[in-house]
Formats: sequence, structure tokens, C-alpha cells
Amino acid sequence: MPKDGIGESVKRREDQRFLTGAGNYTDDINRPNQTYVYFLRSPSAHGRIRSLDIAAASAAPGVVKIFTGDDMAAAGLGGLPCGWEITSTDGSKMAEPPHPILAQGKVRHVGDPIVAVVAETREQAKDAAEMVAVDIEELSAAVDMSAALQGAPFVHDELESNLCYDWSLGDKDATEAAFAGAARVVSIEIVNNRLVANPMEPRSAIGEYEAATDQHTLYTTSQNPHVIRLLMGAFVLSIPEHKLRVVAPDVGGGFGSKIFHYAEEAFVTWASKQIKRPIKWTSDRSEAFVSDAQGRDHVTKAELALDADAKFLGLRVDTMANMGAYLSTFAPAVPTWLYATLLAGQYQTPAIHARVRAVFTNTVAVDAYRGAGRPEATYLLERIVEQAARETGLSPFEIRRRNFIQKEQFPYPTPVAVEYDIGDYEATLSKVEKMADVAGFPARKAEAAARGKLRGLGLSCYIEACGIAPSALVGALGARAALYEVATVRVNPTGSISVFTGTHSHGQGHETTFAQVVADRLGVPFEQVEIVHGDTDRIPFGMGTYGSRSLAVGGAALAKAVDKVIEKGKKIAAHLMEASAQDVVYEDGAFKVAGTDKSIPFGQVALTAYVPHQYPIEELEPGLEETAFYDPKNFTYPAGSYVCEVEIDPETGAVEICNFCAADDFGNIVNPMIVEGQVHGGLAQGLGQALVENCAYDETGQLVSGSFMDYAMPRADLFPTFKVDTETTACTHNPLGVKGCGEAGAIGSPPALINAALDALSPLGVKHIEMPLAPSRVWAAIAAAKPSEGAAAATMAATPTAAPTSAAEPAKSESKPGLMGRIFGRS
Amino acid sequence: MYNFEYAKPDNLETAKSLMAREGAQALAGGQSLTPTMKQRLAQPELLVDITGLPELKGVARVDGGVRIGGGVRHVEVERSAEVQAAAPALAQLAGKIGDPQVRNRGTLGGSIANNDPSACYPAAVLALDGVVSTSNGRDIAAADFFQGLYETALEEGELVTAVTFKAPMRAAWMKFPQPASRFSLVGVFVAQFADGHRVAVTGASESGVFRHGDLEAALNTGGDLDSVAVSPSGLIADLHGTPEYRANLIRVQAKRGAAAMV
Repeated sequence: MPKDGIGESVKRREDQRFLTGAGNYTDDINRPNQTYVYFLRSPSAHGRIRSLDIAAASAAPGVVKIFTGDDMAAAGLGGLPCGWEITSTDGSKMAEPPHPILAQGKVRHVGDPIVAVVAETREQAKDAAEMVAVDIEELSAAVDMSAALQGAPFVHDELESNLCYDWSLGDKDATEAAFAGAARVVSIEIVNNRLVANPMEPRSAIGEYEAATDQHTLYTTSQNPHVIRLLMGAFVLSIPEHKLRVVAPDVGGGFGSKIFHYAEEAFVTWASKQIKRPIKWTSDRSEAFVSDAQGRDHVTKAELALDADAKFLGLRVDTMANMGAYLSTFAPAVPTWLYATLLAGQYQTPAIHARVRAVFTNTVAVDAYRGAGRPEATYLLERIVEQAARETGLSPFEIRRRNFIQKEQFPYPTPVAVEYDIGDYEATLSKVEKMADVAGFPARKAEAAARGKLRGLGLSCYIEACGIAPSALVGALGARAALYEVATVRVNPTGSISVFTGTHSHGQGHETTFAQVVADRLGVPFEQVEIVHGDTDRIPFGMGTYGSRSLAVGGAALAKAVDKVIEKGKKIAAHLMEASAQDVVYEDGAFKVAGTDKSIPFGQVALTAYVPHQYPIEELEPGLEETAFYDPKNFTYPAGSYVCEVEIDPETGAVEICNFCAADDFGNIVNPMIVEGQVHGGLAQGLGQALVENCAYDETGQLVSGSFMDYAMPRADLFPTFKVDTETTACTHNPLGVKGCGEAGAIGSPPALINAALDALSPLGVKHIEMPLAPSRVWAAIAAAKPSEGAAAATMAATPTAAPTSAAEPAKSESKPGLMGRIFGRS
Repeated sequence: MYNFEYAKPDNLETAKSLMAREGAQALAGGQSLTPTMKQRLAQPELLVDITGLPELKGVARVDGGVRIGGGVRHVEVERSAEVQAAAPALAQLAGKIGDPQVRNRGTLGGSIANNDPSACYPAAVLALDGVVSTSNGRDIAAADFFQGLYETALEEGELVTAVTFKAPMRAAWMKFPQPASRFSLVGVFVAQFADGHRVAVTGASESGVFRHGDLEAALNTGGDLDSVAVSPSGLIADLHGTPEYRANLIRVQAKRGAAAMV
């Protein structure tokens, strides 16, 4: 292995420019003769636009042109497309109302753009926007999902309903039968709170049109420039790919919110041609709160059926998922195929049925946010399993062990359509049990009690599905795009290597890890490899970065392209060494004839490829550049166990996280330091959701937490030093054996914290609490609870002990073949 | 932000004449004003930058207390030997305002002139029986100075030149931060003087900073603060807490403050 290859904690090469202020973000880019656009947005959650008067504003200083929804309609522009179609249980297609670039007729959420003012400066655009007279007839707003499903007001009048779809997954009859035969049924009703993504860099976009060549360029803060080119070019503006370049330069975080195609991008691209000048838009933070897609927002009722030995027999789930006012790009997929498919978790639950109703409300659109569906599934499952532990009097560790899928059962088809390829759940659970010193917890609890604090320990065992996914499968599930990844490895004449990846790095460190993968596989120095991403004119194609897919799918494409380079190199080397290509092997950066001392270094083969004086020119083209498309065979299934310890001040309700331990299985690891960083970030985000973050609307649809004055972001001082470690079962179906690590922390940590809080509070009779654990909410829960007859059981559950692993019989797989299994022809 | 004129006088007299102009607004540390202007929620025509006024600078021990110039920044109060000697709880209060950036810019005078209902300083001014000196030559007792949400006894164009705090025998500042803004969700300043206790509360009331007589009485008589009924009436209800929760925090923070006084 060369220095800085796979498995080395190489320092992130991109950090030099980020930390010295030398990054090149969209707002850093300025084009000659550039103008600025300001979007006048709706102050009302729901209303009818009676009139719009832009006359005075159009005459304001510096104004270039003002556009309204009527201009968009007159130009015949499409609305923003949705990239995933869900089919309801009754066979009907989801409701897919139009999503205009600028509001037409109605405004449907606070922040809905109404008028675009283009001016010489940003301030002039804002000044002029204040002169636009908008008369909006206020309508009552649909905010609460239950109420929205009951009837009017309708977000989209033509639907005469606020239901987007009513979908289900799993065998309903088998699940009913499981409940009929259950010794115990545990039930729970929970809310997964809405979140604002809040990447450090707000969104920004610059549209530029070159009349001489009829070329459009969009610079934008995107996680997936090719997807934007496809969606915007094909569905909104009718610009073919060869006339549209999308550049996503350095991007300061996305967390999912920069996957989607947004109105502002389409506007600047289109309008720059109308005014024949570049147009820049940069969101400020207040605008981001009402225009970036938000995350989560589920309300769920669930029941778990258990037999007399606390083995899970069935799980029944009924979820309402908030879509907001319009369907964002991938919104319909999040509470369905990215959610219900994960409801088996790490357990052998044989029968699962989930119903999901997606609901339109007069709020900002909701879409994928770090974890996307999987945190919601994990939170639900790990809360109800904890509840089951409490009600059965088993320790949280024991009840999970009794129900774990055993490592010899893989590949394991679940009753919710997916097939886990590999895992070892006992390994991560045992590891975290030791890391967290679970055995020492009762002593710590007693010590805390002496200080007047309530100490609790919470466990969460998560699974996620990453590296989405076989294109044929997602197509069958309603995706309107494929989900392979693309890489080009260009070996330059002197042996340096330019790598073009269709994934996008906006904090993940791909410029480092991908270079490690290439350096390792080719046996060349790390410094010799450059990673290029984020420009549709430079990269052949790609689907971008989200869902922890970049290494598992993009890295696999990279490995495949490198292997193609090696294969071609063998033919060149064979010619040079006068050997048969079949006899040439590639090792340590050199082509060798097996069993001889003949050897040619990689660089010489690279040079020969471009200077083919001595070359098999009849059989082989010159050059050394290969492109590979990699379509994954399955999702990857990272999994792990997290333990959280809290102390609660019963007088104020303040919650302190005292200890947090994470044991993850991400498969093979390229850069342990970056993985650890990803886990830390994910944990901060997940614990942020569970402890402080809360996107709240009032009953009129006004965003109450519309700034950092009221929307609490997680801060470093809220957390202890995280203890993180890994176990490894290598993914069985991608060339690198990797699974993905970007979302795990955000998926696994919220239930660990809430379970810890409930463990601390259960002696007081508190049985349920919602996220986030605002001190006022904790205090109110304590005040409302009365010490109950359940206290004995709660006390038992409050002192988890390191129970020995139960000798669970590997269950005979009674599961029906999952959808994945059917696609693969497995039974 | 709208356009505005800017002036930075170097003496109080010039500042006063500038402040007499129509649409003039004093700019001290700008930690509340600047964000408001950036959001176009304030439109001053003339910003009079008062950070260069020597008359508003300085911290000095005075008989029975400490006098702090209205232009003294939080970081200077936090680190002042005079303040630490006279009222260590006041230095601690300054050190817990906002973040280092805020403390490096924000001033005592700016804070109390703004009288945000969740600001920290008003609780100290009230609990330490402060007297606010102004550019009009007035000395205003704390009880008269704070007059509700963002309302003070200051007249148009009048600047806070200094605040004189009485040195307590013992005192404590108990800040329970609002999770998002980290302003005081409830902040309680407890101070003990020879003639009794003073308990001032910020962040909690719809009418701004106030003293809690029942808690003071209980402390003066050595009573159990847990038995004091703190009424939720008139307390703030928002995303971060009900009036009942704030009432509880007032009692708990006062109790803890009394135990923590130094």
C-alpha cells in the first residue's frame, strides 16, 4: 500500500483553501455586467393575489426589469418538477400540483416568491421591491396535518383535498395475524419534529447567457449539478444539455437541502437571457428559513406485537408526513421508500405493515435532510423497542439481543422490501456496551442522585440504507431518474492523474478520500491525483452526493475506471515487454510479467500511451483515459449501536448530555479521520434535533422560529467529547466493500438521547416526551407526571445491565421475498 | 440596510448637538441596532457613533460602589479589577452576555438604553440599586429608568453617560439561557445589602425587568424560597416557555442565587 492509501487518516487537502478563506463559493463568483435579483416573498401562509402593481417599482433607481408569475406563464415555462412518483395503495398516482417559479394566483406558504426584481445592485433591488404593491386576500391556512386531512382549506384548490398520497408497504394480513396472536402489544404515538437544514453557506445562484453561442451557464449551490441540468433543462426551461452548463463550485454544506431544484435557479437562468446580462441571487439567512426545503415532520402511531418471550411478532405503523405547500424534488420518496423500508431495523420482526399519508400544508416544502426517512424510521422503532423493554421489564440490551438478526442469517430479506447483505449487530452492541461502561451506570446514577440530578442511559440500534440504489429497482419504485454514478480517470502523459467524479463534495472531503482510493488502487503517490467535481462541462455525467452514496457508488465507479486503466495499461506494457497481456500483472505501481523480473513502471506506460512510438497501434487506441458507470447491485446497510447518558435537573428541566458512545459498522474505511469527523457531525445534527432544534409554525402558518433568535442550532458546548469506534463487516457487493458514513450519526442518535431522558425521568412517572428536549418541555412533563404503578418496571428498565447475549435461534426465514429479492430473482 | 449619514464625534457636546438633529440615532456597540438595520426594521437618518466619546469611558470605584461609563464594553466590565472588587457578580454577568464578539463591541449604556426585556444588564442595575447618569445631567434611579419593553426614562437624544452601582455585601447572577438566542430565558440577580435583599428578574415579564418583592421578603426573613408563590401572571409566553415555567425558573434561580452569593 502506498503512503496515504486506503485506511490512512490523510489530512483533508481541501481544508487548506477552506480554512484560509481561499475557497471559491458561488457568491464569490462575479460575472461581467452582472445584475442582482431580489425575490419579494409572501408574508402570508395562504392567500389569493388580488392585484400586483409593479409600475412604481419599475421606475425605481437601478431597476433593470421586474418579473411576475404572469411573465413566467406567458413564456410557457414549466413548473418545478418532482423527481419521484408515488403510487397510492389504491393504485392511484400521487397528487402532483403545479409548482410555479413565481406564484400565480395564490401564495401557499410564507416565503413563496411572488415578484423578482432585477437591479444593478442588491440594495436597489430591495428598495424597489418595497415599492411593489401586492394585494393579497388572506385565506385561512392548512397547518396541522390531521386537520388538513379533514378538509378545507385546501392548499391546492383543484385537488379538493390536502392528501398527496395514501401509500402502504408490507403484508397487512400477516401483520394483523401477528397481532392477533400476540402476548403483548406495545403502542406509541410520536412526532418527528420539523427541522431547518441551515447549511453554513446560504443558497446562491448566478445565471449567465452567452448570445453569441446560445449557451446558458448556471452557477449554483448544488449537491448534484447534473441533476439540476437535467431537471431544469428538460422540464422547466427546455434547454438541451449541450446548451446548458451547471457549475456547483465549492459548496458550504448541504445536508440534503441543496439536492433539490429550486425556483431561484430556474429564474436566474431564464431571466439572464431575457435581459441579456448575468443575474446573481444570494439568499440571506432569513430568506433561507422560508425558502430552503425543510426536513422530517412526521406524526406516527405505531404498535409492536410481542410473544411471551418478548420476541417481536409484528409492527404496525401509521404515519402522516408533511410535504409542505409544494412537492420538492424528492419529497415523496422520503417518507415512503426511504422510511418504511427501514422499519425492520436490526430485528427479525417477521410481519410489518406501514401506511403513510403525505399531506399538503401551507408551510415550506419538506424534503430529504441528512438521513431522509431513515432517522424517522429509526426514531420510531427505537422508541417503541425501548417502550417494549420498559413494559416487559427486560433491559434495553436484552430485548434487542433477543430480536437481532443473527450474523449467519445474511443475506436477510426483510418483510419491507429490502435485503440486507451483511452485518453483525451483536458486535457493535457489545462494543458500545463496553465503551459506555454500562456496567458502571448504576453507580453513576446514584452519584448523580446525590447531587439532585436524574441520570439516565439510553440505547439505540440503527440501520440505514445507503448508496441508493439499483436503477432498475428505484425505477420500479417511482424514481424518475437513475441512480448510478460515473467516474473518468484521465492518466495524463507524464503520469499525473485527473479524476472526474459525478459525485459532489460539499464538506465530505472527497478530494482527499477519492484521491486515496485512486492512489491506493494504482499504487501511485497521493499527490499525483487530482479530483475534479461540480461542473457539467468537465464531468461526463453523474447523480451527485446525498444518501451517503458517494463512496459506495461514486467510489465504486472510480475503482471500476481505475481497473479499466490497468487493463489497458497491461496491453501497452505487454507490448513493451514483448509478453502476453494475460501474463502481465499490476503491482506496486508497476506492470510486471508474472514469474519474471520484467517490470515497467506506471509512468512509462502512461507516456507510451500518449507517445505511441512503440505501441500496438493496430489493436489499441492511444491515450490512457477510462470512464466507468457503476450501477449498484443493492443498497448498503451501515448499522450500529449508540449509548447516550444524560443528567436532568428536575427543578429546571435542563438536560445535559454527559456521555455519548457510538459503535458503527461502515464496512471498509478509506480515511478513519474523515469518517470520525462525519460521525461527529452527524451526531451533532441528530442530537441537535433531539435536544434543541424545532421548526415551529403557528396556526396561521407563520414561522415562529424564523431566525437563530428562536431556532436553536446545536453548539459545541452542548456536547461531551463523543467516543466513536467501528466494527467492520465489508459490504458484499461493491468493489471497495464500503457502506457510507455520512448520515449514521443523525439517524442513530435522536432515540438514544430521548431514551436516556425517559430512563432518567421514568422514576417520576414520565412515560413519553417529544423532541426537542427543551427545558420547559421536560419540566412540564415532570410536573404533569404522577408517580405511577409502572414505577417498578420503570426502575428496572432504568438500570440496564449487561445481559449475556441470548442464544437466539436464527429464525427460519419466513419472510416473503422482498421486492429487492424479486428483482434479483431470489426467493 | 437603508442609506444613512454617519458621524463620529470626539466629545459629548458635539454628540449632543448631533443627537438633536431630526432622525438621529446613537450607535454604541451596535449589537442590537446593526442587525435591526440590516433587516430594514430601523431607518435612522443619522447614526451618531458614540464609541469615541471620552466622557462615556472608564470604570472607577466611588463611595460605596462602582461607576461604569456608558460606553464601557462588556469585556471591559468583565475584566475590570474595580468591578470584580465591588461586585464580582456584575463582572460575571458581563462575561456571560452573548459571545466574545458581542462582548467586544456591546456597551453597558447601549444595553440599558435599548432595554430589551431579555437583556442581562437591566437586572444588575435594578438589583444593585443603580443610578443612571445621562447627557442631560440627570441622575435617574434604576426603578424609574426602566419603563417597560424597550422603554426607558431617556428623552429624545439623551445618552447614558454612566451607571453607578452600589457594592453589595454579596450577590449572584443566575442566567438561564434561552436555547436559541442565549439571552436570558429567565435571569435573576440576587443581591444582599445591609438593609436587605434585592431580587431583580429579567427575561420573564411582559413589562420588562422587575423586582420580586415576595422573594426579597422571604430572603430578608430567612424564609424558604420554595414556599414562595411566584405568580405566572404577566409573564412571557413564547416558544421557549410558558408563564408557569418562567415563574418556576424565577423561584429556582432566586433560591440558587441566594445560595451561591459571593
